Amino acid sequence: MRVGMPAAKAQALFRGLMLVDADPAADARRLDMIALWALENYSPIVAVDGIDGLVLDTEGADHLQGGELPMVTKIFNSFYAKKLTARVAIADTWGAAHACARAIKRETVIIPSGETFRAVEKLPISLLRLPEKTVADIRVLGFQTIGELSNTPRAPLALRFGPEVGRRLDQIRGLMAEPIDPIRTAEMIEVSRNFQEPIGAAETINKYTGRLVVQLVAELEKRGLGVRRTDLFVHKVDNTIQVIRAGTAKPVRDILWLTKLFRDRTEKIEPGFGIERLVLVAAAAEPLEEEQRASSLIEEETTDITPLIDIFGNRGQRVYRLAPIASDVPERSVQRVSAVAEVIKETWVGHWRRPVRLLDRPEVIEAIALMPDHPPRSVTWRGNRHKVVRADGPERIFGEWWRRPAELEAVRDYFMIENEQGERFWIYRAGDGVDPETGSHKWFMHGIFA
Amino acid sequence: MSAARELAIADLRDRIAALEGGIAKRKVCLPFGAPEIDDALPGGGLAYGALHEFAGGGSGTVDGAAAALFAAGVAARTKGPVVWCMTRPDLFLPALAQVGLHPNRVIFVEAGKEEDVLASMEEALSFGGLGAVVGELVRLPMVASRRLQLAAERTGTMGIVVRRWRRQTEANDFGQPTASTTRWRVSVLPSEELPVPGVGRARWFLELMRVKAGECAEFCVGACDDQGRIDISPGSSDRSDSARRSVHT
Repeated sequence: MRVGMPAAKAQALFRGLMLVDADPAADARRLDMIALWALENYSPIVAVDGIDGLVLDTEGADHLQGGELPMVTKIFNSFYAKKLTARVAIADTWGAAHACARAIKRETVIIPSGETFRAVEKLPISLLRLPEKTVADIRVLGFQTIGELSNTPRAPLALRFGPEVGRRLDQIRGLMAEPIDPIRTAEMIEVSRNFQEPIGAAETINKYTGRLVVQLVAELEKRGLGVRRTDLFVHKVDNTIQVIRAGTAKPVRDILWLTKLFRDRTEKIEPGFGIERLVLVAAAAEPLEEEQRASSLIEEETTDITPLIDIFGNRGQRVYRLAPIASDVPERSVQRVSAVAEVIKETWVGHWRRPVRLLDRPEVIEAIALMPDHPPRSVTWRGNRHKVVRADGPERIFGEWWRRPAELEAVRDYFMIENEQGERFWIYRAGDGVDPETGSHKWFMHGIFA
Repeated sequence: MSAARELAIADLRDRIAALEGGIAKRKVCLPFGAPEIDDALPGGGLAYGALHEFAGGGSGTVDGAAAALFAAGVAARTKGPVVWCMTRPDLFLPALAQVGLHPNRVIFVEAGKEEDVLASMEEALSFGGLGAVVGELVRLPMVASRRLQLAAERTGTMGIVVRRWRRQTEANDFGQPTASTTRWRVSVLPSEELPVPGVGRARWFLELMRVKAGECAEFCVGACDDQGRIDISPGSSDRSDSARRSVHT
């Protein structure tokens, strides 16, 4: 079975095949819903592309997802979780991304900036977003790929097929601007400001952004909402749009907090010939109730540091807290949680001392040791020999067979050793020193104590 | 005679403090709880609203383990959240929890570049209401340290820079002047002797290399306990035990 197979042929192959009529109207409604989901989660500029695609302008929004690659993977995975196969492509232009997403065999692709044309020149002309009739006619002339078509003189093509072919070719190469008309929902809160004279100075932008934030917060207050994602659309004189998106960890309706988030990033705005319109949109809003601050005499004052976390997050830095996991294996005993996650009561159990620095991956060391349960007499790590003066151990850690069946027999024996200078290390031996089933009996350096 | 001199010096100190600005006057300190160390520091402890630099000695210049644990011990004794900025995420939090720094209190900010660590530190210091802001840095230029010091002075948050270098030879960079209030070097010493085989409480050689309005000093201390406190270690500079072998033989 494949896409594009005639129904009669499929029925001949499979008995009891269920046929469902296509419902383009329902498809379009669904696609609109997916577009709104993408608008809330990924990018301020989202539009429906054809009948089976979405186009997102992700510039200036990818850092909130940790970069382009994590973002496309996340998009693909969220579709995959619903048993849908999506194809995601990032390219310099709408046309190139459109063509690449439909041509690739793997799930995601990111075309490096500036290599757009090289990526699309081998692709068939059917991906050029031209009417089917035109595509068929061009094929008749013997053109197969976009590269071939763009190498021919324009004038005869324009004479025969109209200006559309040349326009699409220019758009795919980025020679002609192709603004995306973003979708909007009715309940989306939006405030805007037009300028008689184009503005450009950073102070002016800051001033008007601040005023727009005040207006937006007033609107939000009326509806009892707080924003999670706020977009500042900068319309420039030369008909280009730049967007700055600010995300917050919690719903916010605080003027100072929001202003600070945008001020922090106004230097990213390139005014070019000038800005004629600023629009501030609450892309994702959540209910935010006014809450009474407890004014207890006993309760200690705790500072809410969510604004600080938002500033770090919008600058593209990884902000997290670490939480314990019930696991004896050191590298598995720590997990990253969101910086605004619920307070965790428990902490790591055990009175065994733990090293301050844990090596990313354990490094093989050479050790001279009496098997099975004595600490080494000396170890050689990174070419330096350390004579062991004192040692503690072994602390035996068993493999977690409930995670990986291969670990059923695995054992690690940890030792804390100290050399003559007082440097203390955490080393382990893979295996219990007797049974070769339990490990290779090699020694590894795993951490450094203070 | 000496009383008059004391009075004159106290008066001069007051005038300098007045010149330094309003906050400098009501500077509060976090005492170590060990009188020998606290006496060496003006104000009787590590000042809040100031920048402090910790570095390791020997191979600790690269791994910065002792310096980080010393910083964690100081941060554990402050109140409020702690922001820890770094580029290399190789800190093992269970060790920090063992010196009393609860995982709930620590927020990690991991940046790709050193400059971002500096920017994050400054942002966190000027936010206010935090217990301490710790940053792990290779280079700390004069201008950057001055900015951090001023941000810390404004809000009264303690700023701690843990210096760790790529190579041991680069560590002579620690001699360059910075605007930090105190500068410490923490080197590891052989641990305390136990009557049985094993590794006792870790000991550190703590050098106070620079302190504003104070004199340099050196101490042998026992490493942070479960409350983050250090104390002067008895039988300190006696290294005769280093030749002894483990009883494991």
